Formats: sequence, C-alpha cells, structure tokens
Amino acid sequence: MQSTRTYKISLFVLFLAMVAVWFLNISLGSVSIPFREVIAALFTAEGSKESWQYIIMDYRMPKAMTSVLAGSGLAVSGMLMQTMFRNPLAGPYVLGLSSGASLGVALVLMGASMFGGIASGILFSSWGLVIASSIGSLLVLLAVMLASIRLKDTMAILIIGLMFASLSSAVVSVLAYFSPAAQLQQYVFWSYGSVGDLSWNEVGILSFFWFLGTGIAIFSIKNLNSLLLGEQYAKSLGMNIGKNRALLIISTSLLAGSITAFAGPIAFIGLAVPHLIRQVIPVNDHRILLPAVILGGAILMLLCDIVAQLPGSGHTLPINAITSLVGAPVVIWLLVRKRKFLF
Amino acid sequence: MIASGINIDINEGELVAVIGINGVGKSTFLRTISGVQPALDGKIIINQKNRKNLSAAQLATLISLVLTEQPLSKNLSILELVALGRQPYTNWVGSLSFTDREKVRDAIGLVKIEEIQHKKCFELSDGQMQKALIARALAQDTPIMILDEPTSHLDMYHKAQVLQLLKKLSSETKKAIVFATHEINLALQLCDKLILMQPDGIQQGSPQELIQKGAFESIFPADLILFDPKTQSFKIRT
Repeated sequence: MQSTRTYKISLFVLFLAMVAVWFLNISLGSVSIPFREVIAALFTAEGSKESWQYIIMDYRMPKAMTSVLAGSGLAVSGMLMQTMFRNPLAGPYVLGLSSGASLGVALVLMGASMFGGIASGILFSSWGLVIASSIGSLLVLLAVMLASIRLKDTMAILIIGLMFASLSSAVVSVLAYFSPAAQLQQYVFWSYGSVGDLSWNEVGILSFFWFLGTGIAIFSIKNLNSLLLGEQYAKSLGMNIGKNRALLIISTSLLAGSITAFAGPIAFIGLAVPHLIRQVIPVNDHRILLPAVILGGAILMLLCDIVAQLPGSGHTLPINAITSLVGAPVVIWLLVRKRKFLF
Repeated sequence: MIASGINIDINEGELVAVIGINGVGKSTFLRTISGVQPALDGKIIINQKNRKNLSAAQLATLISLVLTEQPLSKNLSILELVALGRQPYTNWVGSLSFTDREKVRDAIGLVKIEEIQHKKCFELSDGQMQKALIARALAQDTPIMILDEPTSHLDMYHKAQVLQLLKKLSSETKKAIVFATHEINLALQLCDKLILMQPDGIQQGSPQELIQKGAFESIFPADLILFDPKTQSFKIRT
C-alpha cells in the first residue's frame, strides 16, 4: 500500500512504453519503410507507395494487434494461475494449458477429415479452432486443479503439468502419423507460434475472447486479492470459493485457449511477465497488478516480435524461440534465488 | 475419540480458551463455528440468528479468523495484510474508504505493530506474524474472533505476550474471542472461560469452577502428568 500515486505514475510510464514499442514494432520489418511514411500510412491513409500502405495496414497492424492481445492475455492468464495456485511457477505453458489447446487444434486441423463434410466446415472456421483449443486448455486446467487439491506440493503440480504436455504431444504424434502431408504441415507451422498472418477478421475474434477473459479477471480483482491469504481466509472474508474458482478457470482457459488457437503455443510469457512486473512495480494488489501485467505482457510480446522479425532481413524466426530465450532464464532465476517459492 | 454432544454459549467481551488433547477436534470445532467447514450436525446461533441462514458475506461481518499455517502470500506487507481484513466492507474492486483506512490504522495500533507495518511477511518473526494476523482479524471488525492455536511455534515469552494481547482486546473491544490452545497453564491465568474438550464430552466454566470440579485431573493419562490444584498447574510425575 505504497501511495497509489506512485503506482499510477508507474502504470502511465508502462503505457507510454507500450505505445513507443508499438510504433517501433510497426515501423520495423523485412521491408524498411521510413518512419515518416509509416506515420503517413497510419494516420492519413495516403502513403507515397501503395505497397507500403498495404504492408502497414494489412500486415504489420494486425500483427502488432495480435502481439498486444496475445502478450497481455497470456500474461493475465499466468497471473490468474499464479494467484489461484499460489505458485510462482504457474503459467499456461508450464502447466500444460498450451499443450491442451494444441491438442484441441491438432484434432481440428488433422482430425477434421474424419468428421466429414459439414462438421469439418464448422470446425475449420476460426471459431471452431478457438472453441476446440479453449476446451483443450480448460480440460487440462481442470485436471491440474484436481491434482492440486490432492497434492499441496508446488513441484508435484508442475510435474503433473509436464505430464499433461507429454500426453497431449503423444496424441498429436499419433494424429500426425495418420494425417496427410498438407495438414501435417499446416499443424507444424502453427505449432512454431506466430503472431503474423492473422486477418482483421481473426484479430476481431481474438479481441472478443480477450475482452471476455480479461473482463472476468477485472470482475474478480477483489477476490484475487482475498486469495492472497489462501482459500480459508478468503472464505472467511465472504468470498464464494466455488463460484470464484469457476470464473477464474473460465477466464484463464478462454485467454490461453483463444491465443493458442491463433498464435500457436507461445512459451513462458504467461509465467515470466507477472514476475518481471513485480521487479518493476513491487505490488501484490491486483488492482495495480492486473493493468501492469496487461501492459507488461503487451510490451514483452511486441519486443519479442521485433526481434523475431530480424528487421532488415528477409527472414523471420519462430516467436516461440524468442519468448523461450527470455522466459527460460526467468524460471531458472526463480528456482535458484534464495527465497524461492515465495509467493 | 472425537468429542461430541458439545453445547456451549459464548458472550461478548469474553476470552474463551478451547483446550484438549491432539486430535480431539478443537480445530474442527472452531472451523465449524467459523463457517470455513460445513457443520456435521447441530446448530450455531449468532446474535439470535441461525448461522445456516447467513450468507458468507454476512458471516464475514460477524466472525473473523486467525488460522495457522495458511498458504498466504508472504510478499504482502503487514499493512496490505491488515487492509485485506476490510474486504467484507469494500466496494466491488476493494477500494479502501476513509473509514476503512481508519480501522486498519486502529487495528495496527491496538496490536502495537506500527513500527513494522511496512515490513513484508517473510521478514517477520513468528510472534510478529501472529500479531499481524490478529490485527487483520481486528480490522475485519467483527463481534467474534476465532483463533486456531495462535501460540504454536512461539516461545514462552511470545506465547504470554499474544495471550495477554487477546485478553486486552477482549476487554477493550468487547469482542468474544475464542481460541484453541495447548497452553493450559497460561489459559488458566488469563481466560474468562475454558472449554475442555474430551472424547467423552465437554466441560466448560471459569477456571476456578473447573478446578473445583477437578476437571483437569482427567485430561491427560495420570501415569505421566498430574494437575496440582494448589499451584493451578500441571506437573510431570517423577
């Protein structure tokens, strides 16, 4: 409970940083476009070259939007899971939610041929993909939740998450073995993770789920703060444990599921951002933490995307490689620092 | 071997200790009256209202808890921890009003932890942590406060300090304070009422009444521990 003013200033600075990184993200890419032209294309819709206009408005803009939505959404789902499990190492990727979502997507992409005609038509649509992958992450989250009730051990829960990841990748391998090459390729590309190549329409669908998931999280802020004391205290403070847990599970799976459906399984953002944010703003209150985590997730993802684009070159690295380079050291740091597992 | 047929009443301003051997059901009993655990049987009446008809939110304004070994976030500062006690009164997002801040300040003042209020929980000793938890329960501003073994893990001095604090709080704030403890010797000196839980039933009354009834002689197997009514304390048989 440091003065709320300091926090508000920090949040404002984070917001400015996000805007700056966003502009940087838009202006850098394989084709170099002068910054003035980028601004012109954005605000006046009459850039000097039609191709630049197209690159900015129909490629880089949706890509930057996807980065913001994916980064912030994953970070929020990570924060929710860390509070829910009171485990600093929880996150949608490490606890297997992304794998569950992948399994959902794999079933749609590679298994759709089994469903035949109309069914595959519905399943192949973006909505079908999002729903399948959200259900996948929901099921994994429920399973991890059940395990966490029986096992209070922080490490055991992580191992359960790993096992679910192995299980779903095993199922995916079996599916892949029986799939035609074209569909297999489609899945493999998806699994590298990418925030590019989304149409405005798909960005719209992703935004819808983002607002739904984040909205539930905002609605739960007070209960998240109660949960910092553990469930028994939260209950004694008047919180409805069952209803609240259901809401948090839905919110987490919608965010992790929809983002994974569109951008592929993105590693470590959900786990790392809440910790990185706590280094910048040392706060537990979710009224500050939630917006800070949203901004931090967006910033980190936009930065990772800039690096992945290798500005000036014609190549693009898989975004997953970059987020892992950032995220894995955070996990190692969490494990080796003195007050480990301090939540 | 679990106590049954419990029928007790507790009044405002009373400091009540629940005593009994390990596993007799002290914690279960306290958790049941506090509502964190559903009642197996029986009725709990608070201020003439049946607890069953009270919502969790209403109950939160009647009973506050101090529990041990909860997985609470040790990153919280004392001030943040105590402020969370105001949750039942704050708006949907949990903003503290002027009154809320005042109650938080009062609670911290009553427990005398002003100097360390900005410390984080992981920096606190067990005794300080216990006081912080008591302050949190005070901030919840309820007529009843329930504590589950607030003196475990503490040394003799801090045990006495915590119990004396509870005594002071019960008389100053007129709260009914009920706590489970193994510190019978200390409880005998400080409490208004003792509830003695035994597998074959319970006995309750003021320390003097219970001593006169000889209630303490039967708590522990007599081959090892004896109660000496003269000094009002337990002795090891030598």
